[in-house]
Parts: sequence; structure tokens; C-alpha cells
Amino acid sequence: MYKVYTSINQIVGDVITVGAENVGNTELAEVTTRRGTSLAQVIRLDGNQVFLQVFAGSRGISTGDRVRFLGHPMRIATGDLLLGRVFNGSGRPLDNGPDLSENLTDIGGPPVNPVKRIIPSKMIRTGIPMIDVFNSLVESQKLPIFSISGEPYNELLARIGTQAEVDIIILGGMGLKYDDYLFFRDTLEEHGALSHSIIFMHTAADPVVECLLVPDISLAVAEHFALDGKRVLVLLTDMSNFCDALKEIAITMQQIPSNRGYPGDLYSLLAARYEKAVDFETAGSITILAVTTMPGDDVTHPIPDNTGYITEGQFYLKNGVIEPFGSLSRLKQLVNGKTRDDHRTIMDSMIQLFADYRETQEKQSMGFQMSAWDLKLLKYGKLFEEKMMSLKVNIPLEKALDLGWEILHDCFLPEETGIKRSLIDQYWPENHEN
Amino acid sequence: MKINGNMVTVSFDTPVMQNEVAYIRHGDERLKSEIIRVRGNLAEMQVYEATTGLKIGEDVEFTGELLSIELGPGMLGQIYDGLQNPLPEIAEQCGFFLQRGVYVTGLPESKTWEFTPLKKPGERVKAGDKIGFVEEKIFRHYCLVPFTLTGNYNLVSIENAGRFTIRQPVAQVKDQDGKIHPVFLSQTWPVKIPIQAYAERLKPGEPLVTKMRLIDSLFPVALGGTYCIPGPFGAGKTVLQQLISRHADVDIVIIAACGERAGEIVETLRTFPAITDPRTNRPLSDRTVIICNTSSMPVAARESSVYTAVTIAEYYRQMGLNVLLLADSTSRWAQAMREMSGRLEEIPGEEAFPAYLESRIASFYERAGMVRLHDGSTGSVTIGGAVSPAGGNFEEPVTQATLKVVGAFHGLSRSRSDARRYPAIDPLISWSKYRSFIDEEQKERGQGILRKGNDIAQMMKVVGEEGTSLHDYVNFLKAEFFDFVYLQQNAFDPVDEATSRERQIYIFDFIHRIIETEFVFGNKDEALRFFQQLRQLFRGWNSTPWQSDEFTKTEREIRAFLLVRSKDGGHV
Repeated sequence: MYKVYTSINQIVGDVITVGAENVGNTELAEVTTRRGTSLAQVIRLDGNQVFLQVFAGSRGISTGDRVRFLGHPMRIATGDLLLGRVFNGSGRPLDNGPDLSENLTDIGGPPVNPVKRIIPSKMIRTGIPMIDVFNSLVESQKLPIFSISGEPYNELLARIGTQAEVDIIILGGMGLKYDDYLFFRDTLEEHGALSHSIIFMHTAADPVVECLLVPDISLAVAEHFALDGKRVLVLLTDMSNFCDALKEIAITMQQIPSNRGYPGDLYSLLAARYEKAVDFETAGSITILAVTTMPGDDVTHPIPDNTGYITEGQFYLKNGVIEPFGSLSRLKQLVNGKTRDDHRTIMDSMIQLFADYRETQEKQSMGFQMSAWDLKLLKYGKLFEEKMMSLKVNIPLEKALDLGWEILHDCFLPEETGIKRSLIDQYWPENHEN
Repeated sequence: MKINGNMVTVSFDTPVMQNEVAYIRHGDERLKSEIIRVRGNLAEMQVYEATTGLKIGEDVEFTGELLSIELGPGMLGQIYDGLQNPLPEIAEQCGFFLQRGVYVTGLPESKTWEFTPLKKPGERVKAGDKIGFVEEKIFRHYCLVPFTLTGNYNLVSIENAGRFTIRQPVAQVKDQDGKIHPVFLSQTWPVKIPIQAYAERLKPGEPLVTKMRLIDSLFPVALGGTYCIPGPFGAGKTVLQQLISRHADVDIVIIAACGERAGEIVETLRTFPAITDPRTNRPLSDRTVIICNTSSMPVAARESSVYTAVTIAEYYRQMGLNVLLLADSTSRWAQAMREMSGRLEEIPGEEAFPAYLESRIASFYERAGMVRLHDGSTGSVTIGGAVSPAGGNFEEPVTQATLKVVGAFHGLSRSRSDARRYPAIDPLISWSKYRSFIDEEQKERGQGILRKGNDIAQMMKVVGEEGTSLHDYVNFLKAEFFDFVYLQQNAFDPVDEATSRERQIYIFDFIHRIIETEFVFGNKDEALRFFQQLRQLFRGWNSTPWQSDEFTKTEREIRAFLLVRSKDGGHV
């Protein structure tokens, strides 16, 4: 039987301090109050003083309440029984299903040995031309969606989730509005994806500490499936809320803040999560797509800045579309050479011309005279925005490439595109008609 | 007794040493840690592993040794973590994950090496002297008198040629007091102390050819020098470091992947064995040692990984080799210091970095250098550090502290990388204190036209093309031309990705004359078209092999093309 302690001598924020012995670092405890029981985790040991962050928050905890240490770190059930279920940040069911306790696995496990990783080589098709054609998503990639509040980032995330060809989807929600949660659940259900999805949901009304656990439990479960040979896609939204929760706890623990109040180890803490994305030699893979809302559209803010240094590129969501400049998939070169022989050319030429269009647009707005070439570019830009960039477009990669040729054909002569002769001969629409 | 993240405080009753290694015993596990502060009878230690489950009251064993690594044959081609544990061997033991508390010796203990003696009994030797060698992959791995010995020694005995493991002594030396010391093929050395078993330090002069035109021609690095590459994320720091690690004209490359993405190191370690090094005709991995402590591996070991890397570099320097150490990224190392400083509750400096940040960075870069060994040969360690400034702002403490101590600065800019101008080193802000192999005057002229071109471009943004004189416009085009065909290099083109020293001198001279030549144009459109065509021709030239028939043919074409427009009838 575990010993019960009742000597809570400090309550600051969501962190309580209790005098106890023989307690392990990061061990789990159960705090029983008048309102019920909550889990808590050891975050610091100082002599016989044990600092615990209480998952349900410290509201209503009295100094006489009972703390029982469980002798193990945070664990989460794994396995097929989780599929189609919804849990909160401490791993308790939010749907009406039963509590699960099979195949318990520790969360926040050790990092993968780099020599056991392989170079990613499989593309994940999403049906969104701005991703498939221009910044291909690659299995085992970690990629954030940088966006400001108000952009349809959750819609984008849900769409990628439902359309991506993966075995299992794990959704980790942090600080979401309740309607957002309902939106995700309904969307997954509508597309018949719920049966191979697992949702870990922390809403804005839930205690902050639970927010901190969401990425860890999502990734621990993902890792379990990946080792089992499954291709797992982990969707995390919104990582900025996770960082703000980290900040809150760090300040409570009187850590010296480094930049805008965020803890000095923000980079390491984020990296520990994002680096769980992996393609295992001889097993499955984990791909991470995460939303990072940028306060004030400022990419130099500590959250997007640290994220950008960790992830393998980023999608910029701006004015409702994925912005072609600034968006980058660092791994696209590993896959876009093996799709269709015109893929890279279409990608490069269309972006090059679109950059020219943006310049022309600038010239136009400053009142400079438009040449015949400028007018062609303006027409091209319009078409590109309507037919390619819009998030409403939903076509497979090959169709998108064909569409690219059509747009080019509508606006330019073959030699104006700067595309190699051999490809023009093969793909330029007129040649097909002949 | 305290546990706070990866820092633990323990009490002790026998004397302890600053930076001594200790093991915390937790069940069957022994967790490596290092003493970083002593107060009263309390020692504060950073733990090189996750501290999950540690309890107050666990036993700690002090080793009496500083954090050390073992130096000897068997390191080439190896992949180590920050504490010199070979990762492939760990993977064999533990599978996919890095289990904590698993330590493996850095060198193969049972492998035998063919030893050839170079000295005879009775000879006088000093620390660092070569007494014999074994053949390892691409070169002769010398057996050196231990660096820990000071003063002169007498070689008492030395084994004849034969096969030995690193655990069998190959010689014995006697010091002045008559004490006998055995000499092995390998030796241990504390990583935080520089190896100084050489005669003197020399001034770096000879250029280190990286085969990147922008670096070698305009902002060169010297053998034994230091340089840094700061840049925002996505500007191509890592790609640049990878290219240099592949092409640089040095004997050994040490890659310290410090707190960066694991995926990047995977690319290096999966592709290097398949690439042939043109210098030795052996796989590139045979001249490479990778020290890999990626961002999700324990933070304290990140701090030690740069020291491990530089110690290995210094060891090879003692054999008279030119070694290049690439550290990516020193900012992560600085952040590791910041994390530890925060846990020690030290008074923070700027952006919460500790006050000793600058001196730590300075003493790290100071371990680079060209040295003359006791036997008269020279060796060098060159350090190139990537810096990841927060928000891409070069005013931050790590970049500033680094700029004070390095000899060359390759500043990457977001605007250049957004414009896909690779390598994205900004020629307007970068500098180097080392001498380039390009003629000084030509180099000045090249940089001059870049500055001028930039001024004109700024002006054109305000007054438009119409408001710019033809003369200015042509200068602007010349600067753009220089940038496009010389500074930019196509990393995906097998020829263009690396340019030899001879070719750089030849092409720079060629371009210099184009910059000097006056051309005649009727209007701006004509000028623009001319330079666009010239650029196209030149790019084709860049991808023809040096001194091939195709090379000569394209050169003739370019000369003919230039002749048409040049004022005094020719580009000499």
C-alpha cells in the first residue's frame, strides 16, 4: 500500500509542495480534495519537499488534503482499443466509453537513436496543390502551420488529416474552443476517419497543466503504433497555447525567464516533442503537423522562431491561403523527383513567374506603366491564385500538374516560361491536341 | 539533496573536484553526471541523462576523473554522442531508443592494429612525440607519447612490429625520477582542457579551400583560423556546412551536430559512406568523425559535445594533419549553458545568458590554430561554427560574442535565401581577416561593384528604371551578373557545386575584366538582354568540367559574344 501524506505546506499557482520521502522525480501522485481526486506530477525535489503540478489545478486544494504517490511516472494506455476514442489531457475518457488501462506506456520516453533513423522517402498526398506540388509533405516530417488568429488553420489541419493517406490519425488539441473540438470531431466523423483516429482534447476551460501533457501523450501513443509498423499522422493545435502553459509553470516555479517571459529551455522542450517525428528503420513512422499561431503575425516571436529552428520547414497561412513565399518543405527534394518528371519544373517555373507577378503588382500599385509582358503576368497571377492557391481546390497531384500546364498555356508562349524544350514537347497542352 | 530537472545537488564527505565525473546509482542504472559547482559540503551536478524516477537519498559514486574521452585508432568514420559513446554500438544493444545509463567505450577494445615502431630504446622523447604508427583507413595513425607527461623522458622499451590492441602497452618511458610509464596506442584526455603538446602556435596564413566561390574568393578562411555562419532559420546554414564538410580541402572533418535536427545528421551519415572523396579515392566517411547530440538528446551532453569534438580535432592535429571542425549550432550549446545557469540560480546576463558566455565562447574558438609540432611538421584545427540567432537578429549575445573572436564572418540573410540566391551569404555584411588567393586589387574591385550595384538598386526602387542613367543601369547589371554567375553556386549541379582554386582564380580574372570593360548599348532593354544572355552562357560554362573541351568551347563562345558589344573592340 502506498503511503499517504497530508502535509501540504505551499500552494503557488498550480504547484503544491508536500513533505514526503522516497519519492522519484517526475513520479505521479493522486491528490484527493473535497472536489474529487486529481493526478499530479513531481516536477522538483528539494530535500523532503516535493513540488507537484496538479493536473486539475490548485483551486480548492486545502493544506490538509491527502497526497498519495503512485510510484510510477505518467503513463497512457495504448493499442487498438483507443481508436475512435476521445480523452482529456490526463488520458481520461471524454466520450462515454470505458477508462482504459491496457498496454500502459510511459510518456516522454527516451529519444530515438539517430543511427536507427532512415532518410524519409515517401510523400504524403493531401489533395492540396499548394502542398502536393509546391511544398510536398513527406512521411516523418515535422511541419508547423504558421498563422495568425482568425485564419482557417483548424480547417486546413482537419482537411489534411482526413485526406492524407495514413493508417492512424492522432489529434492533440491544446487550449481549443469547445466549438473547435466539436468541429474536429464532426469533420473526422463525416469523412469516416474517426474510426482510425484518437483525440486528446484540452479546451481553453480546462486546467493549464493538462495542456502540457497533450503533446506527450499524443506522441507516446503515436510511437507505440509506429513501432507496430503503422504510419501515424499527429495533428497538434495550437502549440502556442502549449508554450504559454510552459511559461506559466516556469514563472510559478520562479525560473529565470529568457525572452518575453518564456523559459530558457523552450527550444529543448519543443525539440523533445517535435523530434519524435521519425521514420523507423524496419517499422512505421510518425509525421507531425502542428499549428503555431503567431502573436501579432511576428515570425521573430520566441514561439515561431524556436519552432522554425526545429521543424523541417513551415506552411504560412495568410489571408486564407498557403503563401508560396515563406512556406517551405525542407524535405520536398527527397520525394518530388520521383512523382512525375515535370513536377520539379512546374514547381520552379510557376513560382518564378508568380514572383514576377508580385513584382508587377507592386509596380502597378505605384503607378508605373504596364508593358505587354506585365499584362500577361497579371493574368497569370489571377489564374494562379484562383485555380491553384485557393484552399477550395481539391485535386490529386497529377491533375494539379496538368492544371499548371493549362494555366501556363493560357497565359504564355512556351519559350516565355523558360521551361526545357523536351518537357514542353511532352506536356504543353496544344501538343496533346495534335 | 535536491533534484531540479537535469541538475541534482548531493552532499559528500570525501574531497571532490570541480568538473569531476560522478555516477548516480538508481537501481541497476548508473547515470553519468559532472560536478559544476561546490558549496560547503554540497556538490551541484549536471546529469547527462533524463532524471526521471531519481529519488532523494540515492548513492553517488565519484570517479576522481575529469570528463574525459579516449583518443586512439578507431575513431574515423565513427558516430559518437556528446560523451563519445558510439551510437551504432548502442543501437545494437538497445534497439531504436537511447536507453539511459548505457555507456560503451569509444574505441574498439578487441580489435588489433598492425604497429610499426619509429623510435629505438634509449631515445629521448617528449609528450606528443610519435613513437610508432598503425595504418587506419586513409592515413598513418601515429602512436603518441601521452600528453599528460611533462618534460623529457627516456624511451626504455618499445615493441617490435606486430599486432596490438589499444589495451596492450607498446612502449615504456622513464621520467627524470626513474618512474616508468606505459604507452598505449590510445590515451585519455579531459575534454575541457586544450591539448598543447606542440612546439609553438603559428599565425594562420594558408587558405583553407572550401570550393565555395563566395567564401574562398571574397571571405576566405585560413587553415587554423575560425569563422562563423550566423543566419535565421531556413537561410541554409546546414546545407552550407554539409557542402563544406564534403568538399573542403583538409585531411579530417569533424562534424559536431549540437542540438540540431536528427534528420540532418541522418542524411550525412547515410550518404557519406557512398560518396567518394576525390583526394583519397575512399568513401568520404573515412575522413569524417561525427559527434551527434541532436536536439532531443540530453541537454547537458550537448554542452560537452562541442568539447569532445574539439578535443578529437586537437588530437589529429598532433599528428600533423589539417582538421576542420564544423559545429552546428553553437547557439544550442550556449542555450545549454543558459539552462544550467538558470538552474544554478546565477544572476543572468543579457537575454538570461550567463555572464561567462563570452569567455566560454572565446576559449572554445581559441582552441583552433595552426601549430608547429616538436618534429617540425605542422598541423591545424580550423573551427567553423553555425550560429542560430533568435529572430535572425545579429545583435543577440551569442552572435556578438562570437563575432569578437572569429577571423571571418559569413552572415546569411533572409532576403537572399528568399530570392533563392544560394549560398545565401550576404556579401555586403560579411567580412574576413584572412588573405584570399584572389588578387587583392581584383577582389576589391569585385566587392566595389557589388556595393555600387546595391546602391543603384536602392535608388531604382524610388525613381524607377526610367529615372536611372544608362551608365548606372549597366553597373547595376554588372553587379547582378557577378552575383548570379560567380557568387551563386548550384549545389545540385555536380560540377558547379565545387570549384577548385585554379578555376576560381581563372574565372575571377575573367569576370574582373568584364566588370572593367565598357560596353556600348543603345538603350536599357538592349543592356538587359545582353547581360541575360551572357548570364545564360556563363551558367552553362559553370557546369562544364574544368579544362574540358566543352569548357574551352564555351569560353570561346563567351569571348565572341563579349566582343560584339565592348567599346574598345575586345575583352582581352
